[in-house]
Amino acid sequence: MSREPFEKIVARHGPVVLRVCRAVLGPGGADDAWSETFLAALRAYPTLRPDSNVEGWLVTIAHRKALDQLRAEARRAVPAGDLPERPSRDGVPGGWESDLWAALRALPPKQRMTVAYHHLAGLPYAEVAELVGGTPEAARRAAADGIAALRRSYLTNQEDVS
Amino acid sequence: MSSTSQPGDLFAALPETDEDAQRRLHARLTAAAAEAGILDVAYRTVDSPLGPLLLAATDQGLVRVAWALEDHDRVLAQLADRISPRVLRAPARLDRAAREIEEYLERRRTAFDLPLDLRLAAGFRRTVLTHLAEIGYGSTVSYGQLAVAAGSPRAVRAVGTACATNPLPLVLPCHRVVRRDGSPGQYVGGTEVKRALLGLEAAA
Repeated sequence: MSREPFEKIVARHGPVVLRVCRAVLGPGGADDAWSETFLAALRAYPTLRPDSNVEGWLVTIAHRKALDQLRAEARRAVPAGDLPERPSRDGVPGGWESDLWAALRALPPKQRMTVAYHHLAGLPYAEVAELVGGTPEAARRAAADGIAALRRSYLTNQEDVS
Repeated sequence: MSSTSQPGDLFAALPETDEDAQRRLHARLTAAAAEAGILDVAYRTVDSPLGPLLLAATDQGLVRVAWALEDHDRVLAQLADRISPRVLRAPARLDRAAREIEEYLERRRTAFDLPLDLRLAAGFRRTVLTHLAEIGYGSTVSYGQLAVAAGSPRAVRAVGTACATNPLPLVLPCHRVVRRDGSPGQYVGGTEVKRALLGLEAAA
């Protein structure tokens, strides 16, 4: 039973996991969640069943790290509206770190997660439901509601600008 | 499914790959892995005048050197198989080995002073490897002489196999083992590389 070098796992799945972390946690928490995810994955990797769905496994770990972060934020009990605005790191106004994240942050966390896990990571709703709880149908509805809300809040803004 | 539930280009602003972020996060991962003691195999490549070299180390020391002829992807897969799949590109652990090899190739060094991990060689092959270190810079021995030194004068063929499967070529100088008639013979990095290394040492 052979497993490929972990370096290959980072190269192949690192970008998708970062996209998911960014969509769920925003620019402030994504780096920490990605780092904790891959360190935990590296630790467990020698015992991962060789026929496992590696990306699903990584998203599962990332989901747990995201929950930890969201709980820690809730404990600090800072109202979301009071968080300091982070400047767009690439200096482009309207980059994901401002407009898209503002729209994502306004969603309930469960909608944000179902949208990220299904539409960015490609997990089927049955697996998304295992992560966020509830039925696959409820996960599908949460993702649809999330997408509809993003269309209203984010895409409408974009069109106004252009 | 209604069209409004499809993301379309909603996430176009969120880059699919962010090279800068991946580089930053990769460096952070390797540092954290080393700190946690779970960086089982660190590797890097070195561009040399004789082609790219792969260097890999465990926390014990340098465990593998490979010329391009060996196919670096296959070597990394073997390391994952035989040592641990926790294999990461992490140059820091190989800094000293890379520097000494560069110095050697520029004729500024005649011997290596590096901790070695010989776990990839066992039995007689390992015995042969330990005797390779006794062949001085610029000199050569025949496969037969090395067999005698290793205590098995008739095991000339096995000595050849030990050299051909040397996990640490260059550092354990199997290129200094030649045919009885003085011709270079085969080399794990290719005959041309062997000829170049013998030439480099002879010119010093």
